[in-house]
Amino acid sequence: MTAKRLNLRKRYELLTRGMGWETTHQKMDDVFPYDTFEGIKITDWDKWEDPFRLTMDAYWKFQAEKERKLYAVIDSFAQNNGQTNLADASYLSAIKLFITGVTPIEYAAHRGFAHLGRHFRGDGARIACQMQAIDELRHQQTQVHTISHYNKHFDGLHDPFHQFDRVWYLSVPKAFSEDALSAGPFEFITSISFAFEYVLTNLLFVPFMSGAAYNGDMATVTFGFSAQSDESRHMTLGLEIIKFMLEQHEDNLPIVQRWMDKHFWRAYRLLALVATMQDYMLTNSPMSWKEAWEVYFVENGGALFEDLSRYGLRMPKYHELATAEADHISHQVWSVFCSLGNATGFHTFLPTEEKMAWLSEKYPDTFDKYYRPRFEYWHQQQKDGTFEFQKGLPQLCQVCQIPMVFTEVQTDPMQISYRVTEHGGDKYHFCSDGCKDIFEHEPEKYVQAWLPVHQIFQGNCGGETLPEVLEWYKFTAEDSGNYIGSRDHARWQEWKGADVAVKQA
Amino acid sequence: MAVIAKDGYIDLVRDRVENFNGNQLVHVGWDDHLLFSAAQAFPLPPEMPFQVLVSEVMTSVFNDHPDFANIDWSTVKWVLDGESFVPDMDKSLKDNGVGHKSLIRFKTPGLMGINGTRL
Repeated sequence: MTAKRLNLRKRYELLTRGMGWETTHQKMDDVFPYDTFEGIKITDWDKWEDPFRLTMDAYWKFQAEKERKLYAVIDSFAQNNGQTNLADASYLSAIKLFITGVTPIEYAAHRGFAHLGRHFRGDGARIACQMQAIDELRHQQTQVHTISHYNKHFDGLHDPFHQFDRVWYLSVPKAFSEDALSAGPFEFITSISFAFEYVLTNLLFVPFMSGAAYNGDMATVTFGFSAQSDESRHMTLGLEIIKFMLEQHEDNLPIVQRWMDKHFWRAYRLLALVATMQDYMLTNSPMSWKEAWEVYFVENGGALFEDLSRYGLRMPKYHELATAEADHISHQVWSVFCSLGNATGFHTFLPTEEKMAWLSEKYPDTFDKYYRPRFEYWHQQQKDGTFEFQKGLPQLCQVCQIPMVFTEVQTDPMQISYRVTEHGGDKYHFCSDGCKDIFEHEPEKYVQAWLPVHQIFQGNCGGETLPEVLEWYKFTAEDSGNYIGSRDHARWQEWKGADVAVKQA
Repeated sequence: MAVIAKDGYIDLVRDRVENFNGNQLVHVGWDDHLLFSAAQAFPLPPEMPFQVLVSEVMTSVFNDHPDFANIDWSTVKWVLDGESFVPDMDKSLKDNGVGHKSLIRFKTPGLMGINGTRL
């Protein structure tokens, strides 16, 4: 009797255990030169367990099916002028920040996982990383394809990858991904798969994709769904790699804990941009940043770390501060964007009365006390015609590269949090103890940081004046500035008629 | 601690003072005036008199705030890199001890921002 087709489990086993071998002509350490120098000790790669056990043929089949669905939706969105069903065209500021700030991270993740897919010694881990490398490339590509429809009708979406490498606020996600990419493979996967994807990704995807649904953006909802099943596989990989490292050798624990502390803080700081999208840039917000933080980090993250405590892993350092800051960061970051809105690649706008009422309700302890007064003052200035964008450039944190807007929320929320250290005779400034600790552990790495404000002053960004720098960013005159009165706004009014104009005024 | 790397590590300090074309980077933050969300960064010649920092550089940015015109400069409290200090207005930044990437903070007693909100 001839053998029938192998079952899935058997095929996965052959793919991940049978295809690798101990090399003899070359030393294994020469063939896999990157997976030991970080100090992580692996005694048996065969202990690697991938709960998904996906084979290549199954992978292609699943992904092809998802692609077919996604592209059918994108086509129908375009044919039906889906962009006219948005809640408001100002919502697109969030999409502009997404395509310039998040999509290039997907590509960076692709590069990182492609590297790991070659360089991990264990076949099982390599296969999982190869699949994730393809996923990340697919996410980047589907996001570009989906959002390109908006690029036909709106400003600010024309050059995301060029801008990612240059623009002052996009250095935040760029520095985040390059920090991970320039580390060793185990640190990279701890950063991206665990700290970012396992612990924090829901804070990016769930509220953001629901945000798209709340604002009539069915295109973004669709690529979100298409990515979601991949994300659950990625999260599983993140958890698996942590457990695997901790089970393999007890010496791995302090290294993993330090990476956890570092990359939690790094990813959390990056998410300040997401908090801002969620609370201010979405016309209709499904939930506040604070609510999302409570559910996805405090509750779910708390349970996760309780589960991991049996390996000796504790909650990441400064998580209490992150929870205290949940009441503040979106307001602080949107304030800096509004005051520098002549240098952003998306339109800024002050929160409407309706939005401020929502913020008061969602942030009863902080919004009216600390943040409403500044928006009301700016509203009055806009009414009087005296509002001006800020003329100077802000001080930046050496590690997260965000303007130093964060405050001492636990003692005095109106006092900027200043931290400083010296290295090699120079001063380095930080927004927090979290960023300062990261620097002090590896100063040689962060003294190389490409800080946009400093680069402008050094003459490396097209010129000394704002128009020259914006041209170097490839921002057009229509990309920046207030939403009200912009070309996007005018076009939206043309489509939607006078009702919109009255409502917005 | 030092970075753990596979093959050594390149020695590159991107913000050396020599890279600023004769200037040094100076940060100035106005306490209790958070309408300016962060301290401001300026590339300035070390020989610039402190007076010019106040009358030209700081004025160019902070003058947008209604409190700025009401500042009584004789009562201003200055903090340089975490230590309180009294600048000599006629001396240069350098001679006042303002170095590359220094942070100067100033408080303006009696002026606590828009309607006393510290904005």
